[in-house]
Amino acid sequence: MSFVLQCPNCGPREVTDFAFGGELTARPRSRPSERELHTYVYMRRNAAGAQLEWWHHRSGCRAWFIAQRDTTSNLVSWTALPEDVADRGEGAA
Amino acid sequence: MRDLLRRHRMWRPRGELRSSYDVVIVGGGAHGLATAYELSKRGITNVAVLERNYIGSGAAGRNTTILRSNYRTPEGARFYDASVKLYEQLASELDFNLLFSQNGHLTLAHTDRSVFVMRERAEVNRLLGIDSRFIGPDEVQALAPEMQVRGDATYPIMGALYHPPGGIIRHDAVVWGYARAADRGGAEIHPYTEVTGIETSGGRVSAVQTNRGRVAAGTVVNATAGWSTLVADMVGVRLPITTHILQAFVTEPLKPLLDVVIVSSQMHVYISQTDRGEILVGAEIEPWTTYRMNGTLNFLQEATRHTLELFPQLEHANVLRSWAGLCDVSPDYSPILGLTDVDGFVVSAGWGTYGFKATPIVGTTLAELIATGRTPQLIEPFALERFYTDSLVSEAAAAAVSH
Ligand SMILES: Cc1cc2nc3c(=O)[nH]c(=O)nc-3n(C[C@H](O)[C@H](O)[C@H](O)COP(=O)(O)OP(=O)(O)OC[C@H]3O[C@@H](n4cnc5c(N)ncnc54)[C@H](O)[C@@H]3O)c2cc1C
Ligand SMILES: [Zn+2]
Repeated sequence: MSFVLQCPNCGPREVTDFAFGGELTARPRSRPSERELHTYVYMRRNAAGAQLEWWHHRSGCRAWFIAQRDTTSNLVSWTALPEDVADRGEGAA
Repeated sequence: MRDLLRRHRMWRPRGELRSSYDVVIVGGGAHGLATAYELSKRGITNVAVLERNYIGSGAAGRNTTILRSNYRTPEGARFYDASVKLYEQLASELDFNLLFSQNGHLTLAHTDRSVFVMRERAEVNRLLGIDSRFIGPDEVQALAPEMQVRGDATYPIMGALYHPPGGIIRHDAVVWGYARAADRGGAEIHPYTEVTGIETSGGRVSAVQTNRGRVAAGTVVNATAGWSTLVADMVGVRLPITTHILQAFVTEPLKPLLDVVIVSSQMHVYISQTDRGEILVGAEIEPWTTYRMNGTLNFLQEATRHTLELFPQLEHANVLRSWAGLCDVSPDYSPILGLTDVDGFVVSAGWGTYGFKATPIVGTTLAELIATGRTPQLIEPFALERFYTDSLVSEAAAAAVSH
């Protein structure tokens, strides 16, 4: 049918409840070269497999959170608020 | 009669891979096959098309077959116009019936704002010699007599951008026609052959690894559409692409009802009737990225609802099939075509939801590029380098509507 995400605040909801915010990207160093900046803005890993990504609970609590989803199966292994992800040391993608 | 009964092979089974090819084309979709055929016309025949699944298993066999050239940028309009012109004589060139019906393409306007945008698009198109104009509701009704143009619609029809040369074609026939022509020209077509790695030496591609062994390659063409980031990763070339599913469905065959293509970007739906009589409906990509080609129920609900707003008489039609295919979406809705930082690695990607119409022009321009080493002028604006130099070719206004 589609797939379900667990909002860290509200619980499991169908994907249509959420807005997709794209894969997590690593911010460039401060004072990046023009090429580094363009890479950051445009280039994407577009991974086939586990991907860390942003989601926004648009039709619910309106929180932004992070999910790890396998893009070949759409199975979501975990979701967490960004502050909790940083604690788990998994924020850097 | 004997001809009718004989089982035709579209292309020869080729056995083992050779140890070396001048050109290895990764991806046996429409673009890969067209490129192989055009290379053979230029005398480059030591060519292999490697396809990990069956031929035409990707978007080539899943698209909604709409051809048009009424794009928004001069670069885009020129490019797609050249492609539609090649399509017009492709059936005779390939000696294969492609069932191309050029009965016109209508993009509906439901708001003042879209009337304005479409008038502007018609101007740009006309300046480039492309047949395109804005028409009012009466003319829309005359072109699509069975469509509900008047009445208390949620989205009233205020007119349409009318593009007479637009139409639909038989997608499988395009794939098979090109495959047969490439095979006859000398290229080898290898289904069930997956490229798993690409080797380089001194900044140049030297070989590809496959599930059937390693082959040396002078040039490697990445023609894998939805999978193109994965193949580019093999040589460390980064692409500004995300992969999404696009879905479509068909009804059971019905009496002739519609011979033009109807698009409504506001309703996220586009509708045509195939030569078999099926009503074929497509929609928007899913916003999330995925490599899983499964459809969603939500798509069917939304797309059928909007179809019924335009064609209420379809209320009892049975939906026969629905499916999904992968789309390689680029930031500016234009393709990425040509050379990369790795010598001998040529990319054809960023085809999003609109690449089928580009098939013939991709074939001719990539073959020219490979044969001469020079980038044809027509595809210069689509170089990957544009994302590093702020020279995007934004087709958001004309191609974000999926097809
Ligand atoms: C539902 C839908 C509707 C569409 N409607 C339209 C439309 O109306 N008009 C239009 O112009 N465009 C449309 N498109 C877009 C169009 O179909 C694509 O842009 C175009 O077909 C892409 O080029 P291709 O045919 O070469 O790609 P594909 O057919 O996707 O070919 C790529 C091939 O590469 C193979 N591959 C991937 N990885 C590897 C590997 N590692 N090794 C070997 N092989 C590999 C895949 O199996 C696949 O067969 C639509 C797409 C979809 C999904
Ligand atoms: Zn929530």
